[in-house]
Amino acid sequence: MSTGVVVAIVLAAVLVGIAAGYWLPPHGRRVRRERPRPVRRILLPFTGEAISRRAFEASVRLAKAEGATVMPAFLARVPMDLPPDAALPVQCEKGMPLLEAIEQRLSAQGIAVDSRVARGRSYRDALRHLLEQEHFDRIIVSVPEDSRSGLTHDDLLWLIDRVPAEIMLLRPARDDTRRISAVGVGGHF
Amino acid sequence: VVESKRGHLRVFLGMAAGVGKTYAMLLEGHAAAKAGRDVVIGLLETHGREDTARLADRLPMIPRRRVKYRDTELEEMDLPAILARAPELCLIDELAHTNAPGVEHAKRFEDVEDVLEAGIDVLSTLNVQHLESLNDRIVELTGVRVRETIPDAVLGKADEVVLIDVTPNALLDRLRAGKVYPPERIESALNNFFKIENLDALREVALREVAEEVGAKRLTTPEVTGTREETLAADAPQAVGERLLALVEPYPGSQRLVRRAWRSAQRLGGELDLLWVRPPSRRLTGDEERSLSAVRELASVLGADLLIEESDDVAATVAEVAERRGTTYILMGRARPARGLARLRTPLPQELMELLPRVDVRIVADRARRAAEQP
Repeated sequence: MSTGVVVAIVLAAVLVGIAAGYWLPPHGRRVRRERPRPVRRILLPFTGEAISRRAFEASVRLAKAEGATVMPAFLARVPMDLPPDAALPVQCEKGMPLLEAIEQRLSAQGIAVDSRVARGRSYRDALRHLLEQEHFDRIIVSVPEDSRSGLTHDDLLWLIDRVPAEIMLLRPARDDTRRISAVGVGGHF
Repeated sequence: VVESKRGHLRVFLGMAAGVGKTYAMLLEGHAAAKAGRDVVIGLLETHGREDTARLADRLPMIPRRRVKYRDTELEEMDLPAILARAPELCLIDELAHTNAPGVEHAKRFEDVEDVLEAGIDVLSTLNVQHLESLNDRIVELTGVRVRETIPDAVLGKADEVVLIDVTPNALLDRLRAGKVYPPERIESALNNFFKIENLDALREVALREVAEEVGAKRLTTPEVTGTREETLAADAPQAVGERLLALVEPYPGSQRLVRRAWRSAQRLGGELDLLWVRPPSRRLTGDEERSLSAVRELASVLGADLLIEESDDVAATVAEVAERRGTTYILMGRARPARGLARLRTPLPQELMELLPRVDVRIVADRARRAAEQP
């Protein structure tokens, strides 16, 4: 066998090795490309320091059944004295730990999560901004016990009237007042 | 050697009215007068407080001048009279005050600048909510916006800032005892601005402001070229404010990293920058566009800066940005597994530690993922 043929074989082997190294994932398993499927997006908006366990569990059940992504969204209200794009560190002190707690719980159950933060002059305004920018297949709203805090009953009517998505309004259960709050954050967050 | 003739400015900073700024300023004036200095009061606002007025009685005061504005006569500090009197030390209350139209300057801090330029030392007072950069934050904290603000640079240029601090409870006691406002204003004050949560927040802002001021002064100390002791002092560790840089990418997991970085910045009292090093030829998919937009919104709500730099060399770009921004911490998520020839490269954290030996690099654990992996 001539030297040229040997060199050619070696070069070919090297090229095959490089190509295999590029295409194969690190642990030698070939990843099966999943068929694209319609991604369902479930919005779970919240305003305060806690959300009802009932709303959270509904989002988990639906996400599991439909293979959907849950999108917890923290709605912040910008005081009229501040510019509309003002930073809101004080509200974030409450909202971010809760967002983290929700994400951790959803991820722990193997559910895809993609969080959002939206702000507006009112909670409804914040929600409107969010809905203008993105599409959601379902919206799960926990109806507040006290209509003066969070999304009001008027806001919920507005949501039903204006938003072309399936909307689930969940009343707090009488016998189950458990909530998901920032207390549930794991780790040092 | 030419000696600077500019006067020295000392500002008594407080969280709210009634903490004792003016009183402290007057005590300082008395001490200077007792030490033989020529001290006058240029402008004093006693707000009807008897103790303050009594203390001011024993120092010479330059009378206010009357300024006619429309159909009203207003009283303002008499800047020309102060300059003509040329004391060694002048006490000028309420640095953030807005002057009536028709006098030399629109704002009192500009009057003070003239006084300092004339070589006169000045003692003045300021509440923290009057600082321009803190105004929005304080509106969010307290729901009250003050109209009279001054640029932060004014405080930055002060030779000394003295924090007059009392606990919120002590201030409320003082308010209830009628030592801050006359009786008819007490209830309204208690129901509005003087709430314990407002005062707690303002106190924290004031303490932080003075701490940052001290840090900034140390950082801008001129280079020392002198004795060995002076050189050693210059080499002493600086009380540097922390600045964090979180490396993000347009995918959902980045938001978790941003939130953790923000919490760390909050704990350290530092600033937060976010950086995405975008490969020049990279075109974003729809999902990536949405993720980037979500990170941008999150950054904006949190008050962080999102920087996007185009480059193929991530480590070099991060190092360059970190140098430029004065970063002290870099936070990054767990890298996705490398493929192909990229496996031969030095991992990014290691590259950064070599390029930035003075910057801490922290890899943020994905606790949610770990929880998911646990049985």
